[in-house]
Amino acid sequence: MHDAPSPSELVAAVKSFIDDAAAPKLTGHAAFHARVASNVLATLLRELEQRPAAEASEAERLRDLLGAPDNEDLATMNRDLCTRIREGEFDAATPGLFKHLKTTTISQLAIDQPNYSGLAAALSKLG
Amino acid sequence: MAFLFFRVIVAKMGSNEQIERALESWARRDFGDDARIADLKRLSGGASQETWAFEVVVADKTNRLILRRAPGGEAVARSSEAITLRMESMLLGCADQAGVPVPGVLGVFEPGSDLGESFIMRRIDGETIGRKILRDANFETARTRLSEQCGAALAGIHAIDMGTLPDLPRSDGMDQIRKYETIYRNFDLPRPVFELAFAWLKAHQPAPQSPVLVHGDFRLGNLIVDEKGLASVLDWELAHIGDPREDIAWICVNSWRFGQIENRVGGFGELDVLLDAYAASGGTRFEPRDIDWWEMLGSLKWGIMCMIMYEAFRSGGDPSVERAAIGRRVSETEIDLLNLLERAL
Repeated sequence: MHDAPSPSELVAAVKSFIDDAAAPKLTGHAAFHARVASNVLATLLRELEQRPAAEASEAERLRDLLGAPDNEDLATMNRDLCTRIREGEFDAATPGLFKHLKTTTISQLAIDQPNYSGLAAALSKLG
Repeated sequence: MAFLFFRVIVAKMGSNEQIERALESWARRDFGDDARIADLKRLSGGASQETWAFEVVVADKTNRLILRRAPGGEAVARSSEAITLRMESMLLGCADQAGVPVPGVLGVFEPGSDLGESFIMRRIDGETIGRKILRDANFETARTRLSEQCGAALAGIHAIDMGTLPDLPRSDGMDQIRKYETIYRNFDLPRPVFELAFAWLKAHQPAPQSPVLVHGDFRLGNLIVDEKGLASVLDWELAHIGDPREDIAWICVNSWRFGQIENRVGGFGELDVLLDAYAASGGTRFEPRDIDWWEMLGSLKWGIMCMIMYEAFRSGGDPSVERAAIGRRVSETEIDLLNLLERAL
């Protein structure tokens, strides 16, 4: 299989079409949705670029926290983490838990909403 | 396709004309035989109600008014917690009597009437868009007054004699935790940060306060602000009987600071200023730390509300890109929850 153009190139091409060709011709509700669509494609570009590394380090932290086997998948580990928090086995004082959640959420926001005020606040306190 | 489109337009025009005729006969009763309706236009169309702007012109005097109406005029059950339009109009009356700035109500109409279930209120000049209120130069003076004015308005709302109120839902902090936890679990989209927030909130419940009328959605977006500050408190449909700290905290939730994170109250002010004004207007003197638990609950609720909006997309109910995209805003509330937890630890 080939990947020229790459997924990112294809998404960037569609985003350019919306921003430069389509959106200027739209008004009202359709113009609003075109802006949202363009923002979604920007999210997708960040996702393509950042998710693989972010998920790999998330999985590594989760394996440490949970003592999970090397081949355990991310979704299963996150379910396990949720259950342990819900049942009180883990809480905010559990070593490594808070830092893990913060690092993971920062990675997620860097993809989802990199300009959100709460992200800058979290980064400034990370030290 | 073209034929269908045409039919939709005709149906909408019919509905506009029907509303205009019904408004005109109301206006002639209340304003005199020469009253006429001008500039009728639909402002927004939520699932829960319609909002229309119009004018009643009598000789050379123009009255700018708003019609709030159940969709299609039918009395439908609104979302599980939203109160009826009739109750909303009664609350506006109670708030007005208590000195809270609200639009005056001019008429209330029953299901089955010409207008359907609806009410008419005055149209208040000013701005509701949060980012404009926080940014534009003409609100500079307003921004310096808003914390105090919001504190006084909330004290006024919370002091309303409960014996004068319609039969409202009751919901305290734990009721809301139970409700939103059930919704969250039904989505089966596990989020470890939400689990930690639920656990922390349950373990740190504050002592209850005497129940009061809670507005339920008191924040920029639902407040009309003019150059002098708070002009009107809108959107009472989530009103309930509950804890006064819920309202104070909701306007502090970072999602409603519109980027101005350093100003805890709505992105414009200091919480101590609001709390001083609240106490000066007869409310309990709360400390900022009394608001923390409720602010965390507020962020968690907003996060789950974003999941609810995304669910409308996921379930196929609303295929719009906007509903899909809001699912990627849940992480905003997760970082806010972690920032709040870090402060509390």
